[in-house]
Amino acid sequence: MSSDSTLEGWGRRPVPGEEVRGEDLERLTEGAVLTRGLGRSYGDSSLPPPSVRRMPATPLADRVLAFDAETGALRAEAGLSLREISRVFHPRNWSSPVMPGTSHITLGGMVAADVHGKEHHAHGCFGEHVRSLKLRLADDRIVECSRERHADLFRATLGGMGLTGHILEVEFSMCPIDSPWVWGQTRKIADIGEFLERLAEANDRWPYIVGWIDCLTTGTNMGRGVLHCGRWATAEEAPAGTPPEKRKFTVPFEFPQFALNRPFVRMFNWGLYTKQRKLSEGILHPDPFFHPLDAISEWNRIYGPAGFTQYQCVLPTAAGPDAPRRFLELLTRLGGASFLCVIKSCGPEGTGMLSFPTQGTTLALDIAVRPDTQKIVDRLNEALIEMGGRIYLAKDMFTRAEHFRRMEPRLDAFLEVRSRWDPERRLRSAQSVRLMGDPE
Amino acid sequence: MKVALLGGTRGMGRSLARLFAERGDAVCLLGRDPAELERSAEDLRARGGKQVGTVPCDLLKPEGFGPALDAASGQLGGLNTVVITAGMFAGQEELENDGALAERLLRANFTNTVVFCEEARRRLLAGGGGTLCAFSSVAGERGRKPVVIYGATKAGLSAYLEGLDHKFRAAGLRTVCVKPGFVKTGMTAGLKPPPFAGEPDAVARRVLGAIDRGKPVVYAPGIWALIMLVIRSLPRTVMRKIGF
Repeated sequence: MSSDSTLEGWGRRPVPGEEVRGEDLERLTEGAVLTRGLGRSYGDSSLPPPSVRRMPATPLADRVLAFDAETGALRAEAGLSLREISRVFHPRNWSSPVMPGTSHITLGGMVAADVHGKEHHAHGCFGEHVRSLKLRLADDRIVECSRERHADLFRATLGGMGLTGHILEVEFSMCPIDSPWVWGQTRKIADIGEFLERLAEANDRWPYIVGWIDCLTTGTNMGRGVLHCGRWATAEEAPAGTPPEKRKFTVPFEFPQFALNRPFVRMFNWGLYTKQRKLSEGILHPDPFFHPLDAISEWNRIYGPAGFTQYQCVLPTAAGPDAPRRFLELLTRLGGASFLCVIKSCGPEGTGMLSFPTQGTTLALDIAVRPDTQKIVDRLNEALIEMGGRIYLAKDMFTRAEHFRRMEPRLDAFLEVRSRWDPERRLRSAQSVRLMGDPE
Repeated sequence: MKVALLGGTRGMGRSLARLFAERGDAVCLLGRDPAELERSAEDLRARGGKQVGTVPCDLLKPEGFGPALDAASGQLGGLNTVVITAGMFAGQEELENDGALAERLLRANFTNTVVFCEEARRRLLAGGGGTLCAFSSVAGERGRKPVVIYGATKAGLSAYLEGLDHKFRAAGLRTVCVKPGFVKTGMTAGLKPPPFAGEPDAVARRVLGAIDRGKPVVYAPGIWALIMLVIRSLPRTVMRKIGF
């Protein structure tokens, strides 16, 4: 094995490490400190601590172990991907209850990050639908946990970033759908004020909502963008047959650093905005609706050799109706030219002890890594702490430990559960070393 | 189709078994570990497999091959396709240092695989013909430094399958010899994937196409046909110098 091999998250910031895949997860995770899935977390969540190189990875452990067509209960090995779940079960009118922005994620990753999607205000996080988990613990024991059994371990594992145990098997409830097609509505939005209004209005009417904001527009047009709403189409609305597999485009090579300069991104965003009609509604293919970026393989290469990070935070309702506007103002002022700024409403906090969402508004934007990235993230985090918000660990690479502690009053309770099950902090990641002070 | 698959619980065999099951073919999984077989069978059923059976069968125990194929045929009500993806892999260094391991690999990948194919051949021909598909490797195309012993087993297997094809195709036996290049499976875990490394699902789709058409030799991913064309034409003096 080559000694200079590296591992990276989706943001392409490599560290030394080797990924080992295999079908037998129980054997693979023996003695390991962390397991990764498809490596789609942006930062260092799926990267080993500095003293560890070998990282077991789950994607080959992908069997469906049981599916009950009466109740929709599905149990599978942790490496099964959302893409595969949708491919197999959508034609049979069952869907994952939570559909995040990418389908290239594993069940284990969905539990560890307690992922949310466009439906958070209606369905909550993935963890709300998890019935039971099979884990390998720090002392190498294998246990089953649920809301009834080892409830503390269960709650800490949902959104626990893999720090409580290696997730081997996941049992969760699928959601019945009327057809595998989507009925969607797209609306052009003039500014951040209209955005917040429309989001609130859509919350009661649509199960799937997401907004796209042009972050480069300032002044009266600040926060202009497009709002996408949708629901599963009824059998009558749906076209005949199942949605065909979409052709994929691959970014063939790493773009040079200067490719994503401000004028280019401004033009791109302007194009997206102007081509949008005021209001359109109709049947949509589920892939571009739920996972638009999955159509382009390896799109992370467009950010060039230095990689990128995503800043995703949630601003709680308590911060006031004006909070998203103030945060967006800061953001545009700091100027981290970004294709994608995503906005949506979150529902209430769920079962997971460290899960990201809480009642309020979430914003997410990509930032190409440059010398001032740390400073930008620090400034955003300081503003965020003031508003009582927090960041999403699955996206984070730059938050400082002291900032994390101040935005996470729940951290002590989480660490207490970890201490109970893993007193020596054997299970850890590059991220937990950075944010929770775990041993290197 | 009624398919018996030795090695269908893992790697490319797992992907191939899913393709068969999802399109409605009857599948019987043959393998060493009954619990693993049952987990894989359940996976196939959950993916829409209508008729899925399991029969214990160990590539290192050739006396069980005949009975296992009979049992599979009994469960599916006949057999017209037999696939063997099972096999061992070990690095050249390891095999050079461990004679017992080398002997076991030679036996599993060549002797026993051929014995299994012979048992399958007899039964398929007795039933009027069918398809016999075995997974060889591009490693059998040319003697090469990193796969001296492993490659030799695959060279022998490829030669056997070609002979079988010449002799029995007219009688209705279609032989498919699969030559995968580097594929990212549990078997190759820990090896650094070279350029053009394949994914098991894509390889399986290609193999399924070859089985349906009765194509005697299939490289997967397809680019390896070209790569091996070049490798085969390299003079010995060059092969001696390079590490490939």
